[in-house]
Amino acid sequence: MFSIFGIPAPLLFGQILLGLINGGFYALLSLGLAIIFGMLNIINFAHGALFMMGAFVAWMLLNYLGINYWFALLLSPLIIGVFGIVLEKAVISRLYKLDHLYGLLLTFGLALVIEGLFRNEFGSSGLPYQIPPILSGAVNLGFMFLPIYRGWVVVVAFVVCLATWLIIEKTRLGSTLRAATENPALVQAFGVNVPRLVSLTYAGGVALAAFAGVLAAPIYSVNPNMGSNFIITVFAVVVIGGMGSIIGSVLTGFGLGIVEGLTKVFYPQASDTVIFVVMVIVLLTRPAGLFGKTA
Amino acid sequence: MKLSRRALLGTAALSAVQPLARRARGDEATIRIGVLNDQSGPYRDVSGLNSVVCVKQAIQDFGARAKSLNVEVLSADHQNKPDVGAGIARQWFDRDGVDMIIDVPTSSVGLAVASVCREKNRAYINVGAGTSELTGKQCAPTTIHWAYDTWMLAHSTGGATVKSGGTTWYFLTADYVFGHDLQSETSHFVTEAGGKVLGNSTYPFPSTSDFSSFLLQAQASGAKVLGLANAGADTVNCIKQAHEFGLTGKTQIAALLMFITDVHALGLETAQGLVLTESFYWDLNDRTRAFTSRVKDKTPNNIPNMVQAGCYAGTIHYLKAVVDLGAAAAKASGAATVARMKAMPTDDDAFGKNHIREDGRVLVPAYLFGVKKPSESKGPWDYYKLLFTTPGDEAFRPLKDGNCPLVHA
Repeated sequence: MFSIFGIPAPLLFGQILLGLINGGFYALLSLGLAIIFGMLNIINFAHGALFMMGAFVAWMLLNYLGINYWFALLLSPLIIGVFGIVLEKAVISRLYKLDHLYGLLLTFGLALVIEGLFRNEFGSSGLPYQIPPILSGAVNLGFMFLPIYRGWVVVVAFVVCLATWLIIEKTRLGSTLRAATENPALVQAFGVNVPRLVSLTYAGGVALAAFAGVLAAPIYSVNPNMGSNFIITVFAVVVIGGMGSIIGSVLTGFGLGIVEGLTKVFYPQASDTVIFVVMVIVLLTRPAGLFGKTA
Repeated sequence: MKLSRRALLGTAALSAVQPLARRARGDEATIRIGVLNDQSGPYRDVSGLNSVVCVKQAIQDFGARAKSLNVEVLSADHQNKPDVGAGIARQWFDRDGVDMIIDVPTSSVGLAVASVCREKNRAYINVGAGTSELTGKQCAPTTIHWAYDTWMLAHSTGGATVKSGGTTWYFLTADYVFGHDLQSETSHFVTEAGGKVLGNSTYPFPSTSDFSSFLLQAQASGAKVLGLANAGADTVNCIKQAHEFGLTGKTQIAALLMFITDVHALGLETAQGLVLTESFYWDLNDRTRAFTSRVKDKTPNNIPNMVQAGCYAGTIHYLKAVVDLGAAAAKASGAATVARMKAMPTDDDAFGKNHIREDGRVLVPAYLFGVKKPSESKGPWDYYKLLFTTPGDEAFRPLKDGNCPLVHA
């Protein structure tokens, strides 16, 4: 067994793999944020709360209606997507003409209210959600013991990120969407219903958060605070990747997952700060972020 | 007045989460008890509003009104922040005329509030915090520490684990005073019994929810026992993820602080076979069952754990001392009230008959429980079987080792 910096190599490989798995969550969440920011110019602080709601909807579907994980993976993003449309139509759409800060404050307030209501109803200890039987168990990779479920998370996160990127960059829908953000008046003149497109984009972004929530439910306890643990980190990911850059947020998500994972081996106390250190360095050298376009 | 939807939603949520009681300064005969704990964060379910319910139940069971004692209860959320907790305590003493503060989980906040109570000469019954410093170097003539502490947990759960063959340990430790205390005290018992500590991971609290990386390091260390020096949602996540990574086959998990609410959150399927220490369990005897049935309807979704039961017992004993001393004298000096509490034996439905040591430690027995298999459980909350009882005199750190300045003073 050889070692790198005094850490046995198998342990290090294990950590890199774990970092990728966490990076999968970061990527999925920051992707939704990047879409919402890139297309709507809203800094969506309610993203963490919607991620948490996604996990809770999965739990409710299972415990109240007996609907299993696989259907929850489809239904929960749909339900939260509809909730997102309601939210967008009812409150967020009123702020498009104002400064970014208003959107930030509004969504931050919404997040606090949503989390407060869930905490009041379900408590803070969390609720159990079992891993689906087909994905339970683990495989021995030689250098580490990989739970099948975690492997599934990283693969699904990657596929979903890739698909979203393809839709936005390579399809007609995506190009209309991008055109609508560049020049809404002109696109509207072509007969495209821009407000509806905007609502659907917001719904799509929060559906991604809900999807990540369902994926997270069996790993973390389903808990009203689960979103607020993630949201700050995810914002840092978006900033490092370049606000609004889709490919940037995905790559940065996976990359920072690995950086965080390695910090947990060498100096665990700093594992929640390392991402912000990276953020400071990136902003000092490239103010627009790694993949951001300077205006 | 026009009420916007937004304002309505916000107010509804706020009033639901944080029922801040605020009373005007009143007449001298009223005793005011402040319940200060976590009402929105990770320790909400282990203390929170159920502690408030238990304090109110104590006032009712004590029959305060019949003894012509007027008792008011205030409660607030310290958000697990020492500055917030100390600030509320000062405000309560200076403006609201509070006479005693109870509960205060999270060791860092517990210690901060202890020094405010000492400075203001008000009674302080800590139940929720774990640190044994409260009755050690930082003990105060105004402090009483009720249900458990880190030494007692390390001694009971740690000691039992080493005895059953768990000789090599790896610790997962929350990076604050409670985690550090628990780890160092458990390490002491492990090495004393001839065991070895192979390593530890100290993780940032409370922002960590993924423990897989530390679990992998624990696995690589080859330790027989994974010691969890943390609490609440962290403990639940650690155990869940340890199962996921297949640690539970070879490694024994010692959850050094675990409450019945945590077992409930994990589910018996995952929690079965764990060994843990509490000083209260609802199904211990007729008195504990009677107490639990009185509060059960008022604590939806949860049953009292040792912290909440400690809030009940602490309030009963405090009120006894107040009546014995006279309300006016009790209001005048917290230290005098606490001295009277130490002089009287305790007797309540939750913990039975015990007494309080001069350093403020309540000597309740420590019960080592094993978590039942799903097949053994006869109904909701039937989770524990009693494995071993350590009598109160042996369950806590010997007086001479505590370095409490009050002793031999």
